[in-house]
Amino acid sequence: MKTSTVFSNKSAEEVKSLMTFINYASREINCKIVYYGPGLCGKTTNLQHIFEATAPQARGKLISLATETDRTLFFDFMPLELGTVRGFKTRFHLYTVPGQVFYDASRKLILKGVDGVVFVADSQEERMDANVESLYNLEENLQAQGYDLMKLPYVLQLNKRDLPNIVPVADLKAELQRKEEPVVEAVASSGAGVFDTLKAVAKQVLTELRKS
Amino acid sequence: MADTPILLRENQYHQLKAVLAQLRMDSAARVVFLVDKDGQEIAAQGEIANLDTTSLASLAAGNVAATGGMAQLIGEKEFPTLSHEGERESIHISVIGRLLLIVVFDERSTLGLVKLRSRQVSHQLATMIDEITQVTFDNHDSPFSGITDEDIDSLFK
Repeated sequence: MKTSTVFSNKSAEEVKSLMTFINYASREINCKIVYYGPGLCGKTTNLQHIFEATAPQARGKLISLATETDRTLFFDFMPLELGTVRGFKTRFHLYTVPGQVFYDASRKLILKGVDGVVFVADSQEERMDANVESLYNLEENLQAQGYDLMKLPYVLQLNKRDLPNIVPVADLKAELQRKEEPVVEAVASSGAGVFDTLKAVAKQVLTELRKS
Repeated sequence: MADTPILLRENQYHQLKAVLAQLRMDSAARVVFLVDKDGQEIAAQGEIANLDTTSLASLAAGNVAATGGMAQLIGEKEFPTLSHEGERESIHISVIGRLLLIVVFDERSTLGLVKLRSRQVSHQLATMIDEITQVTFDNHDSPFSGITDEDIDSLFK
């Protein structure tokens, strides 16, 4: 359960409770997607690729609240317009969380009002423990906000598939897959799999609209 | 705790905008807007043509969330107002229940005036927001119940 705000000139009886923020006055659907994962797994790189590969009129600024060494301090944020569904402009608000363990308080805050989550796993062997820890942390922080990962639109991205010391996909899936969520192999630095991931999560969020 | 849904009707939306317009005039502000605590913009009034209100809403919500987190660590519930003063432009944020009232102002106004006027409308806005959030849903149909897979796929072509 989460906040939904619905603008409408209809009676309450005619309007459904919806997951996302739907503005009937300006005919917009706003959905919040959060990229989660361990430090240096490539969450910001995902957003950077989407930013660079999208036409300027379809996206807003990419805001990065980062340290001087480009580590995410609070969050990255980018609004992205995908197009129109049933006369409503669909806008996705993409956020990343800071991956480093000690920024947990910030991560919790960013999950507020989330509609869909992408977990970006680092495929390198030496990051396996960090993946597991971060996924456990995600489940815990979602619970603290009143969400259940099992019921939330969710995608598992296996990033850095171009590196030499990677764990086989089957092993990563065995360790990290929580439900029947889509699993996307990616190389965020070159853009491979980045839009497939976004599409997989966005599709689930929009499908929720139909169900809600 | 997750909040319950809010249903805001068109007439209520215009009432909120009227209150914001009045506040903007009374406080001699550049921009006045309402966002929810998740960073979604609800209504805005003023010189918004050259202002990235989407990013501002998101950052304001992040700001309130961060200071709220600090408040709890020192045993406070939250900090109900936040002010940021720049050389020319300043921002004042008031937390009104689930919503944030954000006033952007420059040298034509003062922090004291903005604080005073914001406080004066806070009660009115809180009452309106209470009324809005008390509406319960009785779900039958929505424009989205008929979304097809093709509709969704068409966004990614």
